Amino acid sequence: MNLTKNKTLYIYVLLYFAFLYIPVMFLPLFSFNEGIHMAFPLKGFSTQHYEDMWNSPQLFDALGNSIYVGVVSSLIATMLAFFASRAFTKYKFRGQSLSYGAILTPFLIPEIILAIALLVIWVSIGLPLGLTPIIIGHVLFCTPFCMIILIARMEGFDNHLEEASRDLGEGVLMTFWRVSFPILLPGLIAAFLLGFIISFDEFLLAMFLQGSDQTLPIYMWGQLRFARRLPHVLALGAVIIVATSLIVMLAYWLRNVGQPQEKQDLTFKI
Amino acid sequence: MSENFIDIKNISRHFGSVKAVDNVSFSIKQGEFFSLLGPSGCGKTTLLRLLAGFESANQGEIFIDGIDVTTMPPNLRPTNMVFQNYAIFPHINVKKNIEFGMRKEKLSKQELDDRVQEVLALVKLEGYEERFSNQLSGGQRQRIALARALIKRPKVLLLDEPLGALDKKLRDEMQIELRNLQKAVGITFVFVTHDQGESISMSDRVAVMNDGQIQQISDPHDLYYNPQNIFVSDFIGTTNFLSSSTGSSNGENIMVKIESIGEFSIRNKLNISENNTDTICSIRPEAIMLSPNPIEKGDIVLEGKIENSSYYGELTSFYVKVDGAEKPLIASSQRFDNNSFQDNKCYLSINFEDINLLKKE
Repeated sequence: MNLTKNKTLYIYVLLYFAFLYIPVMFLPLFSFNEGIHMAFPLKGFSTQHYEDMWNSPQLFDALGNSIYVGVVSSLIATMLAFFASRAFTKYKFRGQSLSYGAILTPFLIPEIILAIALLVIWVSIGLPLGLTPIIIGHVLFCTPFCMIILIARMEGFDNHLEEASRDLGEGVLMTFWRVSFPILLPGLIAAFLLGFIISFDEFLLAMFLQGSDQTLPIYMWGQLRFARRLPHVLALGAVIIVATSLIVMLAYWLRNVGQPQEKQDLTFKI
Repeated sequence: MSENFIDIKNISRHFGSVKAVDNVSFSIKQGEFFSLLGPSGCGKTTLLRLLAGFESANQGEIFIDGIDVTTMPPNLRPTNMVFQNYAIFPHINVKKNIEFGMRKEKLSKQELDDRVQEVLALVKLEGYEERFSNQLSGGQRQRIALARALIKRPKVLLLDEPLGALDKKLRDEMQIELRNLQKAVGITFVFVTHDQGESISMSDRVAVMNDGQIQQISDPHDLYYNPQNIFVSDFIGTTNFLSSSTGSSNGENIMVKIESIGEFSIRNKLNISENNTDTICSIRPEAIMLSPNPIEKGDIVLEGKIENSSYYGELTSFYVKVDGAEKPLIASSQRFDNNSFQDNKCYLSINFEDINLLKKE
């Protein structure tokens, strides 16, 4: 069926995308507005908010913290998820579905409960709050997401490819390096990027476990209390939207590098 | 040809309570085209994977060219394998696929290129170096899988149903090509298939397997004309099974009473005991001569009525009801078709030498 020929469906599709994207578009729109109030009519074009943003060192500290937490926790989560997915997709073993469910459960536990639990444990051990407990919390939180991505990708992996490599003279490690890793790399990158983005905008765990170092969402939350500082948070939000889109596009581009395109693979899109 | 190039001694592989390969022993000669034939689940693929090193034996030993490889990992064995789904690496091109196993050989770039060209010529795919797996047809993938294995110059090439995924015409072509290739390179081929036609048209010798055990190892001609048991007789080609019982023996011959046909003295190739009521006679459809007119020659001459027929182009199979018999006899003829017979009446003739006396299992 030709979608564009059916008018009702066409309108539905337009409304659908409008619903998804119009709220998000308010951020960039008001970030270029003169004045500090988020209200129509727009007063005029200005890059003032972006200059304010550029000139707040606190913001860059928070950004640095968020990137650090995101990269470290997503790397660990991707690795843990990779090992688990490998076991789940390659072998059949007792308690397989039980352990699968157990790994995915943090998914379903309300985040605030996870945050309280981690806070209580961390404090009762007597360790200082800060980025380290946030990273641990994020690893816990990101691993199931990474695993879902990786399992979807690895289920299609043909184990005969590894056998072929063994057969052609490579040992276990070189087989992983020359065959499994490059073939699974797009999935690993996708899992890493998803983990990073989840960690990057995670609020509750970071809120509970923060010490003196803030992550970006906490910083933004803090700025909302001051009406005058709201606009540069808008600017920041706009930058984050653009950056996130770029990361997704980069991931998509990476996925296709070195591979001839037979058909577009949509499963990669996060 | 050395007699025992590959020597398999009392090998077993069990999966839980399933005996996939059950105490199997046999040898394969150097340069031989050897097939493992059997229905799915008979253990033929497990046996091949034991040779490749992907399965470890519960019991027994495997020697290749005098070396005990029983516990050797696949990467150290002098064998290479062509997988059923070809397992072409999707992330690298054809040339890199073919070079994959040459990393440890430490050849110069020129030598390596020459070797790649040599095997590409062998499989007739020159000029495909830059292609990727998803730009190749099934038949081309198979040739690349062959080239990738052959460049290693293995002592033994293992092939796991490599023709299964190809269409009929391509399969027939590849059968001839594989056979020619094997003769050209002189490498020992161990070929797994469930297709009896494929195995008997290509192989020097065939091992028929069922339930994890070898039923018979013979050259294709012997397998067809002198099956050792009912399974082999049934699995290879089409045949008529007739209940029978033996009487007294007379040297090489024995008296056999065949249901609804009569009592005759025929060769007792398998030394079946006297007065045995549990025997079966197997007669190939093409061994039964069929005619619309009375037949004079032949050891046994019968009359029958054609119940049904199937036309196959090169021949027609007739299902002929003979008085007193439970099942119709299948007789095939190149000469006659459905219109050759008046009122479906026909005459059959069978020679004693075409009757195989087998024991019921």
